[in-house]
Amino acid sequence: MPPSAPLTPAPSETADLLPRRFRDWFAARGWSPREHQLALLARARDDHSALLIAPTGAGKTLAGFLPTLVELSAAPKSAAEKNLISIGSSVKRTGGLHTLYISPLKALAVDIARNLETPIAEMGLPIKVETRTGDTPASRRQRQRRYPPDIMLTTPEQLALLLSSDDAPFLFSSLKRIVLDELHALVTSKRGDLLSLGLARLWRLAPQMRAIGLSATVAEPESLARFLVPQCDGRQVSADIVVAGGAAAPVVEMLDTKERLPWAGHTARHALGEMYQLIKHNKTTLIFVNTRSQAEMLFQDFWRMNDDGLAIALHHGSLDVAQRRKVEDAMAAGKLRGVVCTSSLDLGIDWGDIDLVINVGAPKGSSRLMQRIGRANHRLDEPSRAVLIPANRFEVLECRVAIDAIAENAQDTPPLRIGALDVLAQHVLGCACGEPFLSDELYSEVLTAAPYASLTRADFDDVVDFVATGGYALKTYERFARIKQDKQGRWRITNPKVRQSYRLNVGTIVEEAMLKVRLVRGRGGGAGSTGMIGRGGRMLGEIEEYFIEGLVAGDTFVFGGEIVRYEALVEDQVYVSRSNDRDAKVPSYMGGKFPLSTYLAERVRKLLDDRRQWNALPEQVRDWLSLQRDFSRVPAVRELLIETFPRGGKHYMVCYPFEGRLAHQTLGMLLTRRLERARARPLGFVANEYALAIWGVGDISHMIRHGKVDLAALFEPDMLGDDLEAWLAESALMKRTFRNCALISGLIPRRFTGEEKSRRQVLFSTDLVYDVLRKHQADHVLLRAARADAAAGLLDLKRLGDMLSRIQGRIIHRELEHVSPLAVPVMLEIGRESVHGEAADELLAEAAEELVKEATG
Amino acid sequence: MTAVAQSSGDDQDVRASKVTIADVTFLADLSGALFWQAQRLLIVSDLHLEKGSSYARRGVLLPPYDTLATLSRLTAVIARHDPRMVIALGDSFHDRDAHERLSISNREVLAAMQARRDWIWISGNHDPALPSDLGGVVASEVAIGPIVFRHEPTGALGEIAGHLHPKARVATRGRSMERRCFASDGERAVMPAFGAYTGGLSIRDAAFAKIFRNAGLMAHVLGDSRLHAISASRCY
Repeated sequence: MPPSAPLTPAPSETADLLPRRFRDWFAARGWSPREHQLALLARARDDHSALLIAPTGAGKTLAGFLPTLVELSAAPKSAAEKNLISIGSSVKRTGGLHTLYISPLKALAVDIARNLETPIAEMGLPIKVETRTGDTPASRRQRQRRYPPDIMLTTPEQLALLLSSDDAPFLFSSLKRIVLDELHALVTSKRGDLLSLGLARLWRLAPQMRAIGLSATVAEPESLARFLVPQCDGRQVSADIVVAGGAAAPVVEMLDTKERLPWAGHTARHALGEMYQLIKHNKTTLIFVNTRSQAEMLFQDFWRMNDDGLAIALHHGSLDVAQRRKVEDAMAAGKLRGVVCTSSLDLGIDWGDIDLVINVGAPKGSSRLMQRIGRANHRLDEPSRAVLIPANRFEVLECRVAIDAIAENAQDTPPLRIGALDVLAQHVLGCACGEPFLSDELYSEVLTAAPYASLTRADFDDVVDFVATGGYALKTYERFARIKQDKQGRWRITNPKVRQSYRLNVGTIVEEAMLKVRLVRGRGGGAGSTGMIGRGGRMLGEIEEYFIEGLVAGDTFVFGGEIVRYEALVEDQVYVSRSNDRDAKVPSYMGGKFPLSTYLAERVRKLLDDRRQWNALPEQVRDWLSLQRDFSRVPAVRELLIETFPRGGKHYMVCYPFEGRLAHQTLGMLLTRRLERARARPLGFVANEYALAIWGVGDISHMIRHGKVDLAALFEPDMLGDDLEAWLAESALMKRTFRNCALISGLIPRRFTGEEKSRRQVLFSTDLVYDVLRKHQADHVLLRAARADAAAGLLDLKRLGDMLSRIQGRIIHRELEHVSPLAVPVMLEIGRESVHGEAADELLAEAAEELVKEATG
Repeated sequence: MTAVAQSSGDDQDVRASKVTIADVTFLADLSGALFWQAQRLLIVSDLHLEKGSSYARRGVLLPPYDTLATLSRLTAVIARHDPRMVIALGDSFHDRDAHERLSISNREVLAAMQARRDWIWISGNHDPALPSDLGGVVASEVAIGPIVFRHEPTGALGEIAGHLHPKARVATRGRSMERRCFASDGERAVMPAFGAYTGGLSIRDAAFAKIFRNAGLMAHVLGDSRLHAISASRCY
C-alpha cells in the first residue's frame, strides 16, 4: 500500500484521533485504522466537511461513521436531554438527531444499519441507530419523530418529508453531521437535486452541521466536493478531499476470440463457449450486460449449454423481489458460480468472493466500467480481474480505448447537474408545508445548494408563481391558489389538503408504468385484450408498459430467462405462455441504458485516425478497417464522414458522428425533415452508438453531385432552431420528458389522498396538457424545465449541438457504388431495431392495409 | 358498411372520409366532428369546456387554455363546412357550474359561431341542466330522418351518440400509437370526444361490445393528415 505522505498521521496523532476503546477494538480484530479513516477523523476534529474518494472495499462506510461514533462515545447525553420529546411546533426543544446518513438505496441503508451494530455492540457504545425508509411502519416513524435515534439512516425522499414536517426544527437543529453514501451515483439525477435542496435547508436549521460524502472515483472531485458545503455569492466553495490510496490496479483484458467477430448486434453469442469456460475456471464470476433483455438472452444461452451443471443465476431490476433475494442470498453464501446481471448490481451491498468480472458488450464509459470491475475481489491489496467481451467490431474499438483509459485511471463521470426547476417546485411546496417562508430568504437559501448556485431570481419567482397558481399568463386561478402570501409577505399553504397531497407525491423517481407478467397456459389462436383467459398463473416479474403496448397477441419475446408468447393484457396483468420458438419475434433491445460517453467516443475517433494504434487490435478488426480505408475513407479525428450509395432500389446516406444513440436519433429526426423539404423523399432511418443511416427514394448521391442537396447546409447547427421546434411538437420522447416534469413538479398528482391508484393510472394525460400548453404559453416554466431535461437526456441536444459546431467545414463526402465496410454494422441494425421516422399516418395506413389484404384474400 | 377515403385531389376533402350510418352518408372530419352534407348539419360531441378550471378547483392547476383551444378548433371546422345547424352532443361543459366560469372572451367566440345558424345543446351527464343564456336551444335528444342524436348510446339502430370517448391503439412491428376514433358498425356510431382535455376509452372495452353487438365494428382513427378505417379487432 503506497502511503501518501500528507495523510499519514503520526502515531501520537492516531491516539489523539481514536480513543483507546476504538484502538483496542481495531486491535482485537487484527486491524489497524486505515489512513483515510484517520484523515476523515482529523477533518471532523477540525470542523471541516470532507469528500472521501475510495474504491469499493476500502472500508468507506466505517470511515464515514467513525467521527460520529467517536464523538458520541465521548459525550454521553444527560438523562434529562434524552427524555425531552417533541410535543408540537411551538415548543422549543433539544435532543434531536446527531447524524443523518443518506443512501440512494433502501436496501443499502438497512445493510449499513446491520454493519454498524457490530462495532457499537462490541465496544458497548451508548448509541441508538435506526433506519427510516418507505417500508418503516407508520407507528415507528411516528415514534422516531418524537424520540429520534442518535443516528438515522434514510433516503433523499424521506429527508424531504421530514423537512416538510412541523418537527423539522426539533429533529435537525442539533444535527452535527450528514453522511452521503454513493454520492457519485446520487448527484447525476434529479434525486441529487432534491438532496441538494434538503442540504440547503439543513444548513439553515443546523449551521453547525458538517457533511461527509462517500464516493467512487470521479472525473471532477472538486465539483462533487462543492455539493457538500453551502455555496455563497457565486464563489465556489469546496469541502476537503480525501483520496484513499492503495487499491491495486485492475487487470483488464479483452477476449481474444477464436470465433468470427460479428459485424453488428449486442448479444456476443459468438463468444458464448469462451465465456462459459471462463466461468468454469473461476470460483464466482459476475457477468455484466447493459440491458435486461440482454441479460435474459444470455442467461438462457448459458442454460442451454450448461453440461457441467454450473450454478448460474440471473439478476436484474424487473425480476420479482423474492427471486432477486434468493439469488443474492445464494451469492453471499458462495453457492453460485456465475450471475448474469445488469446495473442492478452496480451499487452497494458486498457480495462474497467474486474473482472475475465479465463485461459483455460496450463499456459505454470508463468510470462505469471501473466501478463494475471493482465488484471483483473486495480485497484492496489484490488486483480485480476483468475480461471485456465486445459483441461486434465497433465494440472492439470501444473496449480497446476503455482498457487504455483504465490503465491511465482516466475518469469520465458526467459534470455536476444544473438543478432542475421541476424539482425546485416540489421543494418550494414542501417548504411552504413546513414553516411559512419569505421569497427573499428562501431564494438565498436555495442558492447555497451547489446545483442551484446560479439560479436566477426570475426563474425562482416563476417557480413560486407556478407552485401558487400554476404560473399561467392568464390569471384565472387566484382563487384556487395552493400557497398564498400573508400580510408579512410569507408564503403559506392555503389548506391542509395541499400538505397531504405534497406528502403523497414527494420524490423525483417517476417510475415507468410497469405491468405484472404472469405465466399461463397458451390458448393457441385468437387475439385480443379483453377475452377470457385463465386468471392467476405464476408471477414472472414486471415489464415496462410501453414495451407491451407495441405487441400484438401472439408476438414472442424473452422474459424471465425464457421465450414467452404474449397472450393478453387484463388490467395491470400481462398474460404470457411458454413458447417453443427458438428466437423471439420482437427484439426488446432498447439500446444500452447509458450512451457511449463523450470521452470514450473521442478516444475511438483518435484510435481510428492513428494507424499505429491499429496494431493493438485483433486481426479481423484491422482487416475490416484496412478494407474501409481502401474502399472509402477512415474518418479523421475532427471530421464527419458521410457516405452515399444505392442498394436494393433505395438510396442510403450513412454518417459517423460517434455521439451515441440518443444524439443520433435526434439527428436522424431532424435530417429526415430537412431531406423531405429538399425533396429527397427519405423513408426512414436507424441509429446506433457510432453511426446513422438514412434511406429514401430520391438519389441522394445525384442530388449532392448536382448541388440540389448542400451537405454543409444540411448539417447546419440551425437545425436545432425551427426544425427542432417543429419536431418537438410531436416527439414521443419530448412528451415523456414533459410527463416526468409535470409529475415531479406536482402539476399532476401521482397519488391522491385516500385513493391509492395503481401506477398505471395517472390522473390526467400529460400529453394533452403538453399540446395545449405548447400552443398557448410556449415559455411556461414547466416547458422550460422539460426542454432542459431533453437537452441533457433523451434527446441529448447538448451533445448534438457540440458535434454540429465541431464538424462545420469538416464534412467529407464519399459517393460509393455500394455499402462500405464501416457502414455494414449500422445497416445490419435495419430490421432488428425499430425504424424511426415513419409518420403516424404510415403506421395506421399499414394497419388499415392488412384489412384490405384480408378482404381480397 | 362502407368506408371510402375520398379520392378527390382537393386538399380540404382529404381531411374527411365518407362514413355510412343506417344508409345515411356522413363526412367524418379529421377534427373529430361529423358532417351530414345533405342536411348541412355538423355534430360534435363531448367538448368538456372548462375542464381545466374544474380540476383547478380541486387543486390540480391544469393550464387554463383548454376552453379556448377547443372553441378555436370548433371555429375552424365550422368555417370549413359552413353548416346550417350545429349539434353539440352532450357533455359540452365539464360540470354543472362550468358555464359560469366561461370567460367573456370565450363567450364571444361561442356567440360568433352561433350567428346565422341553428345550435342545439344536447344535455349530457356532465351538464344535465344547461341555462338558456348560452345561445341555441337545449334538448335531450334530436331525431332527423332515420337518425337519432343522443348523448349516451343505447345501441339503437341509426343512433349517433357520444359519452364513451372512443380511442384506438394500433400496434405494428414493436411500435404503437393511440388516437381518438369514430366507432361505427354501419348501423350506429359513437363519436370521439372533441374537447382539448378529453381522454379516451379503448374501443375494445366491454362498453362498446354492449352497443355494437354484430361483428364489423370499425375504428375510424384520426391520423395526422387523414382518417384510417381499421377493424376494431385489430385495435387494443
